[in-house]
Amino acid sequence: MWKYIAKRMGQMIVLFYVFIALLFLILDLQPGDISAQFVGNPDIPPEAKQILIQNLGLDQPKHIQLWNHLKNYTTFNMGFSWDSFPREVSDMLFEALPRTIFLFLTATLLSFWLGFYTGKVVAWRRGTFLEKGVMASSIFFWTVFYPWFALLMLWLFAFQIGWFPIGKFITLTFSTRPDWVNSVSNTLGRVSGGEAATGWVGSGVDANSIFNGMLLSIIVTTVVYGTLRYLADRRVENERTRKTLHRLALIVSFVGLSAYWIFHSESVFAFDIVWHTIVPVLTLTLVNYAGTTLLTRSSMLETLREDYILTARAKGVPDRVIRDKHAARNALLPVTTSLVLALATVIAGGVITEQIFSWPGIGRALLTAITVEDIPVAMGALAIIGVLSLLAHLIADILYAFLDPRIRVQG
Amino acid sequence: MTDTLLSDPDSTPTIDLGEIVATPLWRIRLRVAWRSFRKNWALFSDNKMGVVGLLIIVVFGIMALAHPILLATAWEGHEEGGKNVYDVRAGADSIIVEKTVVDVVTDPVTEIGRIEAALMGSGAVIPEVGTVLEVPLANPAPPVFRDVEHAHVLGTDPFGADIFSQLLFGARAAFLLGAIAALSSVFLATIVGTVAAFYGGTIDTLLMRLADLVILIPLLPLLIVMSGFWQIGLMGLGILIGVLGGLGGTAIILKSQALSVKVKPFIDAARISGGTDWRIITRHIIPNVLPLSFLYMMFGVTGAIFIEATLSFLGLLNIDASWGIMINIAHTQGYTLQGLKVWWLMVPAGLAITVFSAGFFMVARAMDEVVNPRLRRR
Repeated sequence: MWKYIAKRMGQMIVLFYVFIALLFLILDLQPGDISAQFVGNPDIPPEAKQILIQNLGLDQPKHIQLWNHLKNYTTFNMGFSWDSFPREVSDMLFEALPRTIFLFLTATLLSFWLGFYTGKVVAWRRGTFLEKGVMASSIFFWTVFYPWFALLMLWLFAFQIGWFPIGKFITLTFSTRPDWVNSVSNTLGRVSGGEAATGWVGSGVDANSIFNGMLLSIIVTTVVYGTLRYLADRRVENERTRKTLHRLALIVSFVGLSAYWIFHSESVFAFDIVWHTIVPVLTLTLVNYAGTTLLTRSSMLETLREDYILTARAKGVPDRVIRDKHAARNALLPVTTSLVLALATVIAGGVITEQIFSWPGIGRALLTAITVEDIPVAMGALAIIGVLSLLAHLIADILYAFLDPRIRVQG
Repeated sequence: MTDTLLSDPDSTPTIDLGEIVATPLWRIRLRVAWRSFRKNWALFSDNKMGVVGLLIIVVFGIMALAHPILLATAWEGHEEGGKNVYDVRAGADSIIVEKTVVDVVTDPVTEIGRIEAALMGSGAVIPEVGTVLEVPLANPAPPVFRDVEHAHVLGTDPFGADIFSQLLFGARAAFLLGAIAALSSVFLATIVGTVAAFYGGTIDTLLMRLADLVILIPLLPLLIVMSGFWQIGLMGLGILIGVLGGLGGTAIILKSQALSVKVKPFIDAARISGGTDWRIITRHIIPNVLPLSFLYMMFGVTGAIFIEATLSFLGLLNIDASWGIMINIAHTQGYTLQGLKVWWLMVPAGLAITVFSAGFFMVARAMDEVVNPRLRRR
């Protein structure tokens, strides 16, 4: 098992360098190479151009350039942004990274969990009205033109119903928010002891640090929940007690997380961020959820035809147990495989979501950089999206090794 | 009548060997192909979803064909400013209002500046202050559904272009792109998959590692960056999607299919009777992989349309008109939050992309059940 993981990790590192080399190829193949774009300004005298070319290393042979490129990207030294000059690319992108990870993680986990549950239930009730309804809606969500759907959601929730903001990450002055949001926010402010804040402006609160704190607390809670579940599985024999303990662990971790943020001195600001995340996460989740549902259903249908399901039925095992224990666990494997292939969809969906909901993540940085021809930022953003995709694949592989005993034993 | 049709169970059917030998080979092949087609069609048409999907594709096909025909017949001669109103790129219809020429414009709806009026008129004379001119309401004009000089079935967009015409043209673009992307991807994937499966060893490892790499590359962000550097048209995009898609996941799936074909006895038989590698690959392995290739071609169309529409929605492609561009225009001109008040701007285009993708997706799923017997109904 560890050998397998180490092998995959080694492959991923090699693939990372191949990917970075591919980026160099794209940069090098672009019309009129980078020197013409950067040094092509007629106002710069030729001597200054020569110095610039030397400083950029463009006079060196290609293999040295490639070597420098690989070295720079390994140390996250991606140069300066051309559009907002004195800022470093890595600085800009690392600021945006937590927001993208948040969107990506919540949407993927939520959609996978919900989709697997729905797919399992729907496959069990093949031919019913419920199955047909779920199938039709899933096919709609799976094939719907995602940007259009996102625009419709934005219009519906932010404008027509008016509950949620029109994109963005924070609202600068709270008075522009709907009344119900402000009343909840004021209550929160009273509970946490802070005086009623009027907005981010002048409050001296850093949105990034609050957001990173939120992300960290969510990850810590997830780990705590997982550990509690694991302990319950290990220590308790009785099936019923185990299930109760699982539910208890879920409630405890959820209540703990909420309590921490409700009594946090800056809870008003955290609430503002949460209020902005709801519609983007919902939109991205809905689309991915449909995909997982369709996959789980077809995988379940294949599993249900196996002989051991028939045996279990003949033995008189209750339907619920057959569905959850015999069929669903075996159906999980192909779903995980396809999830690896579906990751590309999630990443593409993330870029579009960030653009439409003005969510300042990596995808939006990439699109903005492309429209203003800020090549270093665009390349850096593409590299980071590539690394995210590599990591996601690695995690999926490790998960697969845990789920599939054949890989676990072979090593 | 029925007696002649029903064969007598006792008598054995008489086979005239001479007649069979005399039948040309192509006719026998045609007959076999027709029989297998009828069998598969029966399986396919069992699935209502697939039939609906096929109907959708046919409707869009008619739409794509209708555009040039309509331009040549019903839409001919509707000229304004020397351009056909129904032309997707250059045509525009506008609301003509009377405006008074003034020196300083205070009300842009009823008044027009002198220089602006001169630019709009046909002559180079600057009109006098106080003359009343017939000019377009504004440019870009507000999108209208009715009250325009020419008949627009689905109204006009902010630039005065006909939505219905763009919708039909979009179907043409979608079919073209889908065909290029799917054909090139499946062509490549079939060759890569069969070659990797047949030769194995180093070639296999090399091609499969390449496929791993291609799967890992986030396709849409990569294409966004590339479209920033190069002018990508419909053809280029189709081939790019085809190459990147064909080297990736589809190649791996087709390789596993080719592997299962490669170990069958008839491959050994072909090799013993002296078949070359090339002949075995093209005549024995590829025909057996082809149904699956065709299936992935269908899935490929959905993906290609999505990528094209997304890129043109983001305004990164160099093409005349497509469904994505229609949504892009409505969005960038600020009509997103108007929602259903100007429904004809976004709803037809968005629905067209969705339904078109759904059509191919449904056909692909129904074909999946034909190709893969394990998925059929109990």
